[in-house]
Amino acid sequence: MPAKKSSGRASSLKLKKELSPRFEPASDQSLLIYFSHKITIEANEQVRKLLRLLELEALAGIRNLHPAYCSLLVKFDPLKWQHEKLEKELHRYLGCLDKVQLPEPRLVEIPVCYGGEYGPDLEEVASLHGITLEETIKLHSSATYLVYFLGFVPGFAYLGELPRALVTPRLASPRKKVPVGSVGIAGNQTGVYPFETPGGWRLLGRTPVSMFRTDRAGLSLLSIGDRVRFVPISRERFAELNRA
Amino acid sequence: MRAIEVLSPGLLTTVQDLGREGFGPMGVSPSGAADTIALRIGNRLMGNAESAAGLEMTLLGGTFQFQGACIVALTGSDFGATLESVAIPCWTSFEIKSGQTLRLGPTRSGARCYLCVQGGIQVKPFLGSASTHLLSGLGGHEGRALRKGDVLKIGDAPEAAQKGTGKRASSTKGAHGVSGTGIPACSSSPNVDGLHRTRRISAAAMKPLAPRKTLRVTPGPQNDWFSTASRKVFYANAYRVAEEANRMGLRLDGTPLPEGAHGEMISEGVSLGAIQIAAGGLPIILFVEQQTTGGYAKIANVISADLSSLGQLRPRDEIRFELASFATARQLLIEQEKLLASEDLIEGMQG
Repeated sequence: MPAKKSSGRASSLKLKKELSPRFEPASDQSLLIYFSHKITIEANEQVRKLLRLLELEALAGIRNLHPAYCSLLVKFDPLKWQHEKLEKELHRYLGCLDKVQLPEPRLVEIPVCYGGEYGPDLEEVASLHGITLEETIKLHSSATYLVYFLGFVPGFAYLGELPRALVTPRLASPRKKVPVGSVGIAGNQTGVYPFETPGGWRLLGRTPVSMFRTDRAGLSLLSIGDRVRFVPISRERFAELNRA
Repeated sequence: MRAIEVLSPGLLTTVQDLGREGFGPMGVSPSGAADTIALRIGNRLMGNAESAAGLEMTLLGGTFQFQGACIVALTGSDFGATLESVAIPCWTSFEIKSGQTLRLGPTRSGARCYLCVQGGIQVKPFLGSASTHLLSGLGGHEGRALRKGDVLKIGDAPEAAQKGTGKRASSTKGAHGVSGTGIPACSSSPNVDGLHRTRRISAAAMKPLAPRKTLRVTPGPQNDWFSTASRKVFYANAYRVAEEANRMGLRLDGTPLPEGAHGEMISEGVSLGAIQIAAGGLPIILFVEQQTTGGYAKIANVISADLSSLGQLRPRDEIRFELASFATARQLLIEQEKLLASEDLIEGMQG
């Protein structure tokens, strides 16, 4: 249960006016909380704060949490909780969000070898925007991205926002197999494929760094709320790092 | 050391328990048995903790040689099992002597059959669970489906049968947990030393737990995005399970929903059994190895009590959806859990 309940109620009312989180049952064992109907850093910050509070002061019978851009899915034990009861309890948590301290964001640099076999869509992306390959690489690697959340598969971080000049729709038909470490873009987001999976993002390059490893504390290279920068590397450096 | 050697793996055989919850923020879905009812009942027959790991076979079973005497049970669908060429019934415990070979064939009913062993299958847990997550190559036996020549260690048999359904202790923990507490081994519990008293599931008690082809669903979070005409199509038509059905999800073929709510939205967390409508208007049901977030609108969600039924659906099976209220969904789950915990579920026989 969140601390300082009394002051929480007042701020809960304020919060309702400002962001008015909306609750929606997703299944008989899960509840969605929407902070906004569009992707904003503020809404994502609310998601991260609620996630952190629910991790720090866990509620019995809550089984899992799925954060996303501007929503949080709470999976619960349906024999212990019902939507209305949980919603009431979560309102108490929402009332405390402005007191939640998010950890200082880490800046993680990810080396990327752009183009060629590693980035089969680099040329098409460049020509779609009428810019050179170098300009495309420079645009992608000059921004600092926020890890909005991890989802899809273990360790897949949704990074945003892409510089406006690089915003590109996803492929019309997804690839059946995207190689491990592929760095792709879709819409105004970018990300790295931690495993060989199907995928519809346009691939600009590849990183030799493992995004998800079981022999590492924390497992995933990136966590929600981290900041990320991509650093262009040569094919030789890719090979060196790949061997390491 | 007691062990199982894989002589032939079958089509897709993996180590599964009840999965790993709580790692959604890392993008890790729970995985676990596709038919949890079958695995849980199998473990109850064995006197294991309900969450002990077993082998999940898909459509075509494998051939296994046992090193050391074991008590085992097969649950879920009937894969025509034989032990040294003698037919073995499902939902019944039986003894296997060291060196004997258990052979399973193609399914005669649903998609999955579980091999449960007293003591459970022992693998190095990943994030607290033995279950294999195929897509990411994590958990289970080396993160993959079993191959010919794999050897799987069997845990020590629990000293006393775990009673009830609420116990989540691993089988080894269970074995040590009861020792020294003065609780004697339950007389009706399966016992490797000496006489094995066969236990089986009561056919009458099992009836309400049988896999369903009409799945009950609650409205999905984007239910309102779909027109009345779309919803009519969804609930009035039968859908066929496509060939691409797997542990990640079940694609369905049939009458597409009319244009309208298809397509993308802002990605959000998705729940087990969510029915999303992708481009083209056909439903996809997200399953145990699901992606943790997704960007398609969800018209409905399979109720918790019917999730195990999804695990028994085969490609080309015909299914229908029936709308249920959240209150009904809850009531059905409460009844199902009561039945699963019931003492009447298991009958002892003179072996």
